[in-house]
Amino acid sequence: MHRHPTRRTLLVGAVAATALSACATGGADDDDDKGTKADATADNPFGAPADAGLEVVVFKGGYGDQYAIEAGTLYEQRFPKATVDHKGIQRVGEVLQPRFISDDPPDVVDNSGAGRLDLVTLVSSGKLTDLTELLDAPSVDDPSKKVRDTLMPGVVEDGTFDGKVLVLNYSSVLWGIWYSKSLFAKNGWTYPTTWAEMLTLCGEIKKSGIAPWTWQGKFPEYMNDPLVSLAAKAGGHELVKSVDNLEPGIWKSPSMLAAADAIYQLAAQGYILPGSEALSHTEAQNAWSKGQAAFIPCGSWLEGEQQQVTPAGFDMVLGTVPSLTGADKLPSGAVMAASSESFLVPAKAGNARGGLEYLRILFSQKVARGFAQNSKALPVVAGATDGLTLSSGLASTAETAKAAGPNMFGYRFRTWYPPLSKALDDATGELLTKRTTPDKWAARVQKAADAVAADSSVAKHKR
Amino acid sequence: MRHGRYRFLAGAMIPPLLLYAVFVVSPYAQAFYLAFTDFNGVSSDVNIVGLDNFTRLWSDPLFLSALRHNGLMLVVVPLVTIALALFFATSTRGSRLLRAYRVLYFFPQLLSVAIIAVLWQFVYTPNSGLLNGFLDRIGLSTLERSWLAEPRFALWCVMAALIWSAVGFYVVLFAAAIESIPADITEAALIDGAGAFTLFWRITLPLVWDSVQVAFVYLGIIALDGFALVQIMTVGPGGPDNSTEVMGLSLYRNAFTYGKYGYASAMGVALFFLTLTLTVLMLRVTRRERVEMA
Repeated sequence: MHRHPTRRTLLVGAVAATALSACATGGADDDDDKGTKADATADNPFGAPADAGLEVVVFKGGYGDQYAIEAGTLYEQRFPKATVDHKGIQRVGEVLQPRFISDDPPDVVDNSGAGRLDLVTLVSSGKLTDLTELLDAPSVDDPSKKVRDTLMPGVVEDGTFDGKVLVLNYSSVLWGIWYSKSLFAKNGWTYPTTWAEMLTLCGEIKKSGIAPWTWQGKFPEYMNDPLVSLAAKAGGHELVKSVDNLEPGIWKSPSMLAAADAIYQLAAQGYILPGSEALSHTEAQNAWSKGQAAFIPCGSWLEGEQQQVTPAGFDMVLGTVPSLTGADKLPSGAVMAASSESFLVPAKAGNARGGLEYLRILFSQKVARGFAQNSKALPVVAGATDGLTLSSGLASTAETAKAAGPNMFGYRFRTWYPPLSKALDDATGELLTKRTTPDKWAARVQKAADAVAADSSVAKHKR
Repeated sequence: MRHGRYRFLAGAMIPPLLLYAVFVVSPYAQAFYLAFTDFNGVSSDVNIVGLDNFTRLWSDPLFLSALRHNGLMLVVVPLVTIALALFFATSTRGSRLLRAYRVLYFFPQLLSVAIIAVLWQFVYTPNSGLLNGFLDRIGLSTLERSWLAEPRFALWCVMAALIWSAVGFYVVLFAAAIESIPADITEAALIDGAGAFTLFWRITLPLVWDSVQVAFVYLGIIALDGFALVQIMTVGPGGPDNSTEVMGLSLYRNAFTYGKYGYASAMGVALFFLTLTLTVLMLRVTRRERVEMA
């Protein structure tokens, strides 16, 4: 039976990488060529060598890799003797794993997409360069401003692991609830600002013959985003921190329970398109784009993903998750945000100085504006979209980001403790099919969080 | 002369054996070593942790439920597949037209597992799927449901796809075995007044038992896997609520999502011994007196 080789190839695959590593563990090849360094100048703050090549490996996914190519071109203009070896690929982790093990990594990596390397593992193995130097360097556009001050709030924190900035994400992702502006205008609906209003509006939408909600049930994490957003709004930044710090009982706290109940009501009151629990993200999103449902939870990448199937004049808009109660700790504009497209410089990069310089160019206004236009996504460089004509979804994302200002929040437990996210996803899937209740949901998620907290083999993080 | 022959044989054998050793045997051997370490997939700084990974296995609820699901598949998949394949092989014996029909059973064999999984996901999808549409058409709309999103049905749906994809191969295998039964034996039985059922039970099955035995082993190994279908088809994947978790998926998740390559290797080693034991058992249990056909 040659047709079912999965189990075996998996084993082989998992271990083939180590076969290549044998030389790394055996003969220590300590050719620390990080020493190749030119003199630092105002123009070249890290002292990147003018004639050394630079190898850049970028995940070429939904956003493409045009922006990274542009940064490479600008790098070559700065250092005419240097050549940038740009590789836009998929399954970055599988390709680079052996090179990380044998300490022969590229100079810059965008570790993103399916099959990326587990970031926490890279961090705990000391495989990454501290980027503090980059953040404190003058920015390309305005030398009086540090790179750190040109970024949107939360970006530096997103890349911080135990006090060290090791990763900088390029694309800013906001999570919310999407709807069609034209559909709402036609029916005279207004996007709700509280959850009570949301439920009332759902009743009204249901009467009109459209399902109020659909969701990407095959991957339950999509519905967790509004759930934990509601909880964060009610419980404030302290709740977010407590969740990430695995504090006992936090999943059973009143805010979290109320948020679970709020989401549960959508299922209990029959406001979800039947069958949604078995739909893949494409199926659910297409149902929504066809107008079969009014709301869908998703991150700000939705517009790009739905480009091909959305009818003209649909005008999709990202709505902020409504407030949970009248006494929420965060204002109603607060929004869950995180950044993605994780750029990093490996600790053992041959041309780490050049890598930092490349990132400094990448995070400039010019490259960021190109990213917004070509990739239809919000770059983390503040003000990069000012004055650009944006599509309806991206414009609403930019507005939401602006309205939220400092009131952006983001959970870290998904990257820190993947087993906990899995337990949460499973529980939420059950909650939305009414096979479990909010109380039991909270109990089982708390149990999973306690199990992670007690597991000595899991490295713990604090914020 | 003889000397040259050995040289030729060595020249033909050594390169493939070498490739096999490097790309198949050595990763297997390394998996055994890694199962006793805390290897995380990127760091060459690897520590020996003794039997820790293996003791963890027996208290990992997800792995245990995966074990149960693979156990159920182990009972259902080979039995149903072999029964169906024998039925199709015997019932397509007659005319040339019927025999040509066997080609149809073989078609799924030409598709990759990923395509089979995607196709079956479309079959089961609730609002526009083939299965619900069919039930609706024949007036059984009360039976419609979100097949892959209900813990009670999800694993059975996956098994149905697995059986569908495997059955064609065994139809061809058994058909060939049946063809090789000498016609005079069957004719003699028919003259003695054996019905179709007796003929199958007393003559055909004993004479193709070798093939059935092999089929049990192959299908047992398939049933211990199931990874690709579960990964692509099911909610989660592995859900809803872990109702379709299989060992291959646990292994994959621990290695590639959690970065616990050591622990995943321990699962692989456990799976290796399980498959080995199973194969030996299957061959022992199904052993029968061999019928010599002169």
